[in-house]
Amino acid sequence: MKYIDEFRNRELAGKLKQSIEKEVVAGQQYNLMEFCGGHTHAIFRYGVQDLMPENVKFIHGPGCPVCVLPIGRIDNVIQLVQQEDVILCTYGDMMRVPASNRMSLLKLKAKGGDIRMVYSTQDALKIARDNPEREVVFFAIGFETTTPPTAVAIKTAHAEDLQNFSVFCNHVLTPAAIQSILESPEVRNMGSVRIDGFFGPSHVSSIIGSLPYEFFAEEFQKPVVIAGFEPLDVMQSALMLIRQINTGRHQVENEYSRVVSREGNLKAQSLVAEVMELRRSFEWRGLGMVPYSALKIKQAYDHFDAEQRFNMPTISASDVKSCECPQILRGAKKPTDCKLFGTVCTPENPMGSCMVSSEGACAAYWTYGRFRQQQHT
Amino acid sequence: MCLALPAKVVAIDKSTDTATVAVGEVKKDVSLALVDAVKVDDFVLIHVGYALNTIDQEEAEETLRLFAEAGLTDKLGNELTDEMTE
Ligand code: SF4
Repeated sequence: MKYIDEFRNRELAGKLKQSIEKEVVAGQQYNLMEFCGGHTHAIFRYGVQDLMPENVKFIHGPGCPVCVLPIGRIDNVIQLVQQEDVILCTYGDMMRVPASNRMSLLKLKAKGGDIRMVYSTQDALKIARDNPEREVVFFAIGFETTTPPTAVAIKTAHAEDLQNFSVFCNHVLTPAAIQSILESPEVRNMGSVRIDGFFGPSHVSSIIGSLPYEFFAEEFQKPVVIAGFEPLDVMQSALMLIRQINTGRHQVENEYSRVVSREGNLKAQSLVAEVMELRRSFEWRGLGMVPYSALKIKQAYDHFDAEQRFNMPTISASDVKSCECPQILRGAKKPTDCKLFGTVCTPENPMGSCMVSSEGACAAYWTYGRFRQQQHT
Repeated sequence: MCLALPAKVVAIDKSTDTATVAVGEVKKDVSLALVDAVKVDDFVLIHVGYALNTIDQEEAEETLRLFAEAGLTDKLGNELTDEMTE
């Protein structure tokens, strides 16, 4: 397929591998954090870590929207479905995420909760149009990539005066989270985690552009390379990061120039700005409360805000004991450091969110790591 | 969740602001609400039923050229995993 196959070419991967080997300085450690779950997935699926020299390590970041949503927000929608006569529309990824009391949306659906998996916000709007006598709530999650489609849905509902449609907004912002990681004690004190450079998100950046990263490349003196999601993109970006580290530079470079520009998608940005505004603070699993890291629906559209329309209290719920998702999301631990990994916790029976989404670090380790081990034995 | 795919625009319906796109053999309808001036035969990045951006074909060629220049020799790395050609 065009723009996919060429970026998975084996021969070119060999060349990139050789260049990387040539450029790394012996004795120097290169710890490169990929923020995005999409990169984590690509690194595991194509075995990119195995193509890197010993001293180049990928550290997996918190860029999996399913993984960073605090359990309390899932408890919120579970309560909503139990207490009100609503149709809940959700992206499929959320169905299996464990909530409090061993509940999940999937289990609730099995018990008769009216939960519908949708592929697009357009599907959620259609369900609302087809069921005018029912309240239809869209469970909106995701980073900047997934936010504009939610904004379009709210604007469409407004234009059509769709009275029975609302959105439970959980959209979060990438730059705030990266900053929070750089300011975390683990990174600041060079304790358990050292990060030498960042892979910037692919599709998030197609919306926000490369501009927002310029601030912290400068402020924290870390190089950032915006990287595509295909294996060759990741390798080329690693090479670009290694070159910056070797020469002591800390700039924002863009490997994914076929999609990402400096200013991003202005039409999408202005749609989002019209409908949503910053929350003062929002809880992330693993990072805690992060200031100005999420969006809520503006007052002018609060008719479409499920948090205004229904009673949705702040619920603070704790993770399953001994699930290490919070540390994994900060890059402080690896999935294999978790006692439950692969024994109690598997994709069929996930204990934490990192095992649910294909972009979660635990799921990637399980799916591809185990596969490779079997090949070797 | 954040995965998006490059797809080729095969038809545009102005009245609904949607396009029919093809990813390999698979066809889909996506909204054009987030992009401007998309034409038939353009490549767009699609995500949860929306076109997010147009793919710049010249930049794509340029990136591929950079990859090709990367190694100074043409010798193939032999330790590549099999998944690479998947
Ligand atoms: S393996 Fe399961 S329990 Fe352990 S950190 Fe990952 S998701 Fe949590």
